[in-house]
Amino acid sequence: MKPVLCIDFGSTFTKVTAIDVDTPSILARAQSFTTIHDDINFGFNRALEQIIKVTGIQEFNERYACSSAAGGLKMIAIGLVPQLTAEAAKRAALSAGAKVLETFSFELNEYEIKKIERIKPDIILFTGGIDGGNTKVVTANAQRLTTMNHRCPLIYAGNKVIADDIAALLREHRWDVSIASNVMPTLNELNIHSAQNLIRKIFLDHIVVAKGLSTVQACIDNILMPTPSAVLLGAELLSKGYLSNPGIGELMIVDVGGATTDVHSVADGAPRQSNVIMKGLAEPLIKRTVEGDLGARYSLDALIQGVGIDVVADVLKVPPEVVKQMCDDLTNHPEQFMEEPGLMKTLDDVAAEIAIRESVTRHAGFLEVHYTPFGTVYQQTGKDLSMVHHVIGTGGPLIHHSNIKSALKASQYDLKQPMSLKPSNSRFYLDQNYILAAMGLLSINHPKAALQLLKENLKEV
Amino acid sequence: MIFKKSCKVIMDQHTIVLGVIGADVHAVGNKILHYAYSQAGFHVVNLGVMVSQEEFIQAAIESGAEAMIVSSLYGHGELDCKGLREKCIEAGLETIKLYVGGNLVVGKTPFEEVKDKFLAMGFDRIYPPGSDPNDGIRDLMQDLGIDI
Repeated sequence: MKPVLCIDFGSTFTKVTAIDVDTPSILARAQSFTTIHDDINFGFNRALEQIIKVTGIQEFNERYACSSAAGGLKMIAIGLVPQLTAEAAKRAALSAGAKVLETFSFELNEYEIKKIERIKPDIILFTGGIDGGNTKVVTANAQRLTTMNHRCPLIYAGNKVIADDIAALLREHRWDVSIASNVMPTLNELNIHSAQNLIRKIFLDHIVVAKGLSTVQACIDNILMPTPSAVLLGAELLSKGYLSNPGIGELMIVDVGGATTDVHSVADGAPRQSNVIMKGLAEPLIKRTVEGDLGARYSLDALIQGVGIDVVADVLKVPPEVVKQMCDDLTNHPEQFMEEPGLMKTLDDVAAEIAIRESVTRHAGFLEVHYTPFGTVYQQTGKDLSMVHHVIGTGGPLIHHSNIKSALKASQYDLKQPMSLKPSNSRFYLDQNYILAAMGLLSINHPKAALQLLKENLKEV
Repeated sequence: MIFKKSCKVIMDQHTIVLGVIGADVHAVGNKILHYAYSQAGFHVVNLGVMVSQEEFIQAAIESGAEAMIVSSLYGHGELDCKGLREKCIEAGLETIKLYVGGNLVVGKTPFEEVKDKFLAMGFDRIYPPGSDPNDGIRDLMQDLGIDI
């Protein structure tokens, strides 16, 4: 037996999974409240005690951890054109597991500088200009950053021509600058790996200490990453497989939370038909999007506003006035719903379904039809996910949903949005025990065991 | 390619954005222009076919381009190009050179009329169908003050 511990320091719970990589099998799971404000070890040790009690194992040879405690990895992205370098920067940060609180474009103004000061990001990703392209706006933004009253690690991943000058200028003003390759070296080319690796390195070197996680660093094997990063690793392994062990192919993961909904896809996303022309920024094979306005509880108001009260009414099968009344009641008397779990559950269920439908619609690409003198031509923006046959759901509101399959069906192609490239005819799975992040961590050194456990433990619904 | 060797070094700094505007899918001329301008030493950001005005502008901002070379073969050029200069001014690209060429209008309108129309729309150079790419290259070098 070779016991390994995978620890996920969540914002609310510290989840610990004990795995035997020889069999391989999951020996035990335990969770305890995250104690970030006192000493993070308290919560961890409580969960560990439970594990020891169940398994009787005192010594774990290897320990890996990921964390989204203390607000996760908070980042802001600065680019030039919103649809180009600003979008590329956002994607780089998201794919490194960060929480992108704001994206800025063009020249920063005083108001935006103050806004960044208020946000107090853990890392700033600063980009702009293709290689050999714009220098004026990028230099102006660097000048602006020198006047800011907040310092944190900053990654420059813009026009390479001025990289050294920008770094020198910012370092003169006490910025801790690292240089990565341009996130968009030529137009519409996405190059996020260098920035992504730097974000992970900075997370490990600096952020872990700042978040009060350094005390646990001693008792783990120095692999600590943001939780979404671990989920992405798990998703990639499950999709691609390992050596002679095949993966399940292209897949999508929808993680519905109380405040946000995350969608991950591991899929090529290229056009499936010959008369389709790709438009816009290139798409990464492994893509993560986070919808901050689509959560089942804390962002419910924003969710209803965002999708339109008619849509909610349509799903609930009640008139819009009733939905409005429910929403108003919730806003004015949130405690009222806590006394009536039945009503709250219905709302939660509906909200989870809407969150899935909307977040997948935003994540997937879409087609636009053009009638030209030579016939019909289609333009594709984003990823074509129509051939993604595996959709995996996770997150509290989904796990506790009264009809999980019907909720996950909201991720599918629907005739009301005929041009959307959402998945169709997919099989649905539930990550009931939150093992995706744990298996992502395990996959770093034990990919074969992690793959087998993923295949065994994701329940088809 | 008369400019091939002489200009390569001096012109490395000059970026142009190239593309076929609107719902036009004529790709061959676009490839020829890409080749010709690259050989002449320009850094060509080629957006390919079916390019909107917004995409031209976004690409020009991000790449720091000095000129947009717009092609249109399918007869709807006038509609597709309308307002491009105004949008460029709005986007801070007041000095960018706008070149356009191809079958810009439907029917047999005399080229001089077409030229006047596009000059009035704010384009700097207008080329009839079948123009030699070297004409455009020579004009662009002159407009950008590049010594041959």
